[in-house]
Amino acid sequence: MSSVQIREVRKSFGGFEVLHGVSIPIEDGAFVVLVGPSGCGKSTLLRMLAGLENITSGTISIGDRVVNNVQPKERDIAMVFQNYALYPHMTVADNMGFSLKLRGASADEISKGVKRAAEILALTPLLDRYPRQLSGGQRQRVAMGRAIVRDPQVFLFDEPLSNLDAKLRVAMRTEIKELHQRLKTTTVYVTHDQIEAMTMADKIVVMHDGIVEQIGSPLELYDRPDNVFVASFIGSPAMNFLKGRVTVNGSASFEGPNGVKLPLKSAPANSDGRPVVFGVRPEHFTIADDGAEAEIIVVEPTGSETQVFAKLGGEQVVAVFRERHQFNPGDRIRLKPDPSVVHLFDEATGKRL
Amino acid sequence: MTTFQTSVRVQPAGVDTPSLWARLRTNRNWVALWFMLPAAAFLILFLAYPLGLGVWMSFTDERIGRRGIFIGLENYQWLWDDSIFWLSVFNTLLYTIVASAIKFAIGLYLALLLNRHMPFKAMIRSIVLIPFIVPTVLSAIAFWWIYDSQFSIISWSLIKLGLIDHNINFLGDSSWARGSVIFANIWRGVPFVAITLLAGLQTVSPSLYEAATLDGATNWQRFRFITYPLLTPIIAVVMTFSVLFTFTDFQLIWALTRGGPVNATHLMATLSYQRGIISGRLGEGAAIATAMIPFLVAAIAISWFGMQRRKWQQGSNND
Repeated sequence: MSSVQIREVRKSFGGFEVLHGVSIPIEDGAFVVLVGPSGCGKSTLLRMLAGLENITSGTISIGDRVVNNVQPKERDIAMVFQNYALYPHMTVADNMGFSLKLRGASADEISKGVKRAAEILALTPLLDRYPRQLSGGQRQRVAMGRAIVRDPQVFLFDEPLSNLDAKLRVAMRTEIKELHQRLKTTTVYVTHDQIEAMTMADKIVVMHDGIVEQIGSPLELYDRPDNVFVASFIGSPAMNFLKGRVTVNGSASFEGPNGVKLPLKSAPANSDGRPVVFGVRPEHFTIADDGAEAEIIVVEPTGSETQVFAKLGGEQVVAVFRERHQFNPGDRIRLKPDPSVVHLFDEATGKRL
Repeated sequence: MTTFQTSVRVQPAGVDTPSLWARLRTNRNWVALWFMLPAAAFLILFLAYPLGLGVWMSFTDERIGRRGIFIGLENYQWLWDDSIFWLSVFNTLLYTIVASAIKFAIGLYLALLLNRHMPFKAMIRSIVLIPFIVPTVLSAIAFWWIYDSQFSIISWSLIKLGLIDHNINFLGDSSWARGSVIFANIWRGVPFVAITLLAGLQTVSPSLYEAATLDGATNWQRFRFITYPLLTPIIAVVMTFSVLFTFTDFQLIWALTRGGPVNATHLMATLSYQRGIISGRLGEGAAIATAMIPFLVAAIAISWFGMQRRKWQQGSNND
């Protein structure tokens, strides 16, 4: 186990820069998730950490050692690939023992290591099978077993669940998290799925267009997003945004499109008339007599909660209710955001106010 | 709402069964047969029939212009005691084994090289194919000049470089002649091996190499444990074809040496042609040709049972 330091790392392919100076501190034993839309550079960063891509500038260190010029095999890391990259001509046992075999371990050592990993992942009955004879979830576990056998300093996961069906993905999510709690190996996990990030991470790194937008614990990111991008990326259904201005006469409020007026707990200093983006999470709407009028477009019950899409001041918003209201499309309701948990962002920079 | 009239008539048993012709036309199994018939007829007429005729001929004393009579194994007994026949068997085996082994080695090396990132990759790949595209006889004639006893460019170059002081008699000396025809065959055969193996290499997922790199494999170990085992099915196919083509080679030898000097480069195919067509003893020529069959069957069997079917390829692929 080891900490990982990523400092001011840049990466260019030809003349095209895809990472613009990324710094991420990763503590020993942490489960860090890099999350962002495709093309944000998260997989490239992971591959640089693994040594599969060169580092254009900046440094990456594992433990106290700068690994910029260290061969992948000397870095003492293990990686789980999106397509698992299992060796199709080797049995499960041979797949898992391959790194030990290359290291020159004795047959006894190899079988002991493979057995230990197989027990952790419940793969013991499958050890003699070939990858083709396994289901997607089993292959996924073999790929993890191959990583565990090596007992590395750092685990790297590159979108390991994206080839699985929805149900299995949820199950494997829990399994990976549980595995981390048991082994406590520093883990860097790349995904584009914010739910995976939220559920698994100790620390989430939100990336976008080659920069880090925000680093923080899942709930920090959810409750206090630094900017509009993080606010819109984290959370499902996504946060609602309304453009408008802050007005301070008597009490602070937000004046949105078509004269919609929403209350604010307090206005930032000197912000009267300032153009802002008002953000409110779907579950922070309540039905109240003094709320703003909205017209329901679509009602989507999911069982545990109901998602209501409505037009508020001409803009579509979504609200989530745990209570079972009798709503129908076309109904007029009064929506009131909870002023203590709404977010204000600068309209020009997108930064949190 | 309108009610639809069902148009399916329930037939009373035994009444109005379709005619034999109608059944032959519509029964799935018969239809399959009709579709296969043209191809089958073609193969039977141009492949199976000549092969059968050839084997039959080897049991007769047929000559050109004269019907033969059945003489049993007499042709084969005759060949058994014929030292030239045995020399041709030895030549054929030597030619096939040496040429195939070298073609495999060079072809694999080229394929690995071409599989890397390099400038002008597409162009280099097409250039590699050139020897394969040139008609055999054309390249044989080119080699004939290269190997010429007086005007050979190789001899000329070596003399100019001061390495030798007289022309090499490439096609006149038995060892040189064997080496020369094998070289020409390799030159022609390498592209086929290289391009086919390259196609095989490209099916190997790059992430397997990355995984192996992270597992600590060196370049050689990546080849030994990943590339080579994953390539064996393709190697089996390509080497089977290569061995079959080389074993039955005729054009190159006939254009270069006609089996000479003193039968040193006579292969079974060229000897069969010489005895059967040029000397007119069709029965004996057919016997030599038929004698090639066990070797070819053995080559296919080795490849089929030894390499082609691997356990890891079986089972479903539920990606």
